[in-house]
Amino acid sequence: MPTVPLRQMQKDQSGTITAVKVGGELGRRIRDMGIVPGTRITIMGRAPLFDPVAIRIMGGTLTLRNSEADHIEVEIA
Amino acid sequence: MSNPITFALAGNPNAGKTTLFNTLTGARQHVGNYPGVTVEKKAGAYTFPSGEEATIIDLPGTYSLTAYSVEEVVARDYLVQEKPDVVINITDASNLERNLYLSAQLLELGVPMVIALNMIDVARDRGISLDAHRLSALLKVPVIPIIARSGKGTAELMAAALELARRKSPWNPLHISYGEDVDLALQTMAQCITTAGFLQDSYTPRWLALKYLEGDSQIQEKGRRNNPAVDKELQEIVAKVGEHLHKTMETYPEAIIADHRYGYIKSVLRQEVIAHKFDIDRLHASDRIDKVLTNRFMGPLIMLAILLGLYKFTFTYSQLPVAWFAAFFGWLSAHLSTILPDGHLKSMLISGVIHGMGGVLGFVPLIMFMFFGIAILEDSGYLARVAFMMDRVFRIFGLHGSSVMAYIVSGGIAGGCAVPGVMAARTLRSPRERLATLLTVSFMNCGAKLPVLALLTATFFSRSQAQLMFLLTLLAWVVALTAAKILRLTVLRGESTPFVMELPPYRFPTFRGLLIHTWERTWQYIKKAGTTILAISILIWAMMTFPGLPQSEEQNFARQRQEVTASTAQTVDNQQLKEKLAAIDTAQAGSTLRHSLAGRIGITMESVSWLPGFDWRTNIALVGGFAAKEVIVTTLGTAYSLGETDPENNASLSETLAKDPHWNPVVALALIVFVMFYAPCFVTVVCISKESGSWKWGLFSICFNTTFAFLLATLVYQGGRLMGFAG
Repeated sequence: MPTVPLRQMQKDQSGTITAVKVGGELGRRIRDMGIVPGTRITIMGRAPLFDPVAIRIMGGTLTLRNSEADHIEVEIA
Repeated sequence: MSNPITFALAGNPNAGKTTLFNTLTGARQHVGNYPGVTVEKKAGAYTFPSGEEATIIDLPGTYSLTAYSVEEVVARDYLVQEKPDVVINITDASNLERNLYLSAQLLELGVPMVIALNMIDVARDRGISLDAHRLSALLKVPVIPIIARSGKGTAELMAAALELARRKSPWNPLHISYGEDVDLALQTMAQCITTAGFLQDSYTPRWLALKYLEGDSQIQEKGRRNNPAVDKELQEIVAKVGEHLHKTMETYPEAIIADHRYGYIKSVLRQEVIAHKFDIDRLHASDRIDKVLTNRFMGPLIMLAILLGLYKFTFTYSQLPVAWFAAFFGWLSAHLSTILPDGHLKSMLISGVIHGMGGVLGFVPLIMFMFFGIAILEDSGYLARVAFMMDRVFRIFGLHGSSVMAYIVSGGIAGGCAVPGVMAARTLRSPRERLATLLTVSFMNCGAKLPVLALLTATFFSRSQAQLMFLLTLLAWVVALTAAKILRLTVLRGESTPFVMELPPYRFPTFRGLLIHTWERTWQYIKKAGTTILAISILIWAMMTFPGLPQSEEQNFARQRQEVTASTAQTVDNQQLKEKLAAIDTAQAGSTLRHSLAGRIGITMESVSWLPGFDWRTNIALVGGFAAKEVIVTTLGTAYSLGETDPENNASLSETLAKDPHWNPVVALALIVFVMFYAPCFVTVVCISKESGSWKWGLFSICFNTTFAFLLATLVYQGGRLMGFAG
């Protein structure tokens, strides 16, 4: 299964998070919201200007900017 | 009972914490602030069926108990320092896994706790079944399913909390295993902390060690101040683990800790606590709504319509109550002016106190209507969508998607008001972005600037007035956003706050919640801003009245009156006499203003104000405009000795300006630019100070805006002159 950065995922594509490669405040925020390795993630859609992206995770919807999504790697499945 | 029981409500934003708080306490709430920060502190009272009373503290909604945001610091400090008897942890049952992340941290802190599984009905509709008993047995804390909105289950919840409080059990921290490397480090650090007796008053050794590993700057700072040697020793261990983890697994201690916390939650939920009937990615009603409301083409259009609707609602429907207030204060000052003798007391009461109070209360309907509208958008979940759609644009200027609301209310659509605009910035959770928004919304063309702009455009640009007004609205946006960018690159420099946020499912707001929300914020405005505004209003009155005319001039005017009365007495023409006397009154008002402190400032300022082309009359008007921008027109009228000038009906002033050789289109344009961007009116300044938590920012906005406006106006005037437009 290919592993891609979250930014490159298409709408309605799903996968499992394999790595969150960022520390500090952003890393903490991302993990607080449930974006941790092993979690299933689905792209719900993107904002009118293609950024930020909305994702479904643990039954809830989150949004994050593409620049923040760059730190997250997903194994497409 | 000597000490009433205290419960603290903790939970994620959007988990229904405020709804539960409202259900439990009703109107028996008290809103204050945590010392030194702008986070609201809400306390309420709850009465048990037995008659026993409990105090409920509504902690700010957080996802975590680290110390990254003010909300988290406030929530954690409260728990550690105030030690509430029981924490009621409210969780969203339809999104339990993520919500339990905060619960796990509360368990690690060890505070006695009851978990409320809120919105259990929504979870059921989504095909999620939860075994509360099993969850309770595994976490070793009471777990009660509730529906906060209807109050179902809340009596059981409170009974469980009361029972736990009565037991007075000591804090019992949960130990989660974080894997070999971290656990070993934790152990070494905890030992070192215990031996040194390091920060032992409020924290347990293992928890402290954990916070050090998580890179918690607040705790580390405390440690450094308390005992630098131990702090250094701990930091070394942290650095060593960090390095090891980075080398072997390319990860951070804090990441390992978070992963294991989620691992712990997953392992609990897997033990037959939770069952999903449907696929977890199933589209719910809310997602289907989002397909339309955040659609690439329809979304922005609908958003524009909704924001326009909010704007109309705020400024159209509040007109009636605003008019009532105006009529009441008009009646009051008319009444007072008949019963009080002429003099400074009367002048102060009418121009200072009543105008000041009118100024404070005149904004109340606006603020109420705006907050009601925003509360609907916020409580329904739409505001998060606005931020989602607008973020790409606003981020360019170092702002946040949510900033759009504040700008629009402030006059992004010409005719708003910066006071509710500044208060609308409350919906922003990112500190730097919020401050940049607070400081720049006043550049928008608020309703009070419009009479000034209308007067000047009608007088000097009558042929293209409509186009010019539209261009000025655009200019306001460009300037506000550019200024925000400048601020974010200089005084508010710093990385953008992470945007990661929740798009909560759409919900129907409860009417009661809306009312409580609206009233609370309005009352805060009256209470906090009201007193200051009244004081400054009196100050401005004094500036424009004192030190008054010298005696010789007073006598001069008195003599003129006598002469006029004597000479007209023979012709017995009352009407003519009145007119002549009025003309003298106006002339006197003009010279009194010139002699006043404000007038002197205006005259002194001519030494610099020639640069943008303003004479002393304009300067005085601009000083007066600090009270409220519409005063500029009135003061200009007085300065030109035209008597009472109605800001809406200013034909005579317009004529005077058109004839005056000092005035020409370039001067007018320079003044327009200056009025648009110079110091916000003092009500706005007071609100900026209150909302930012510091007078420093209020003062900053006066200086920054005025300097900026001065430079721009000078550019316009001198540029226009050089190009030969000054006639």
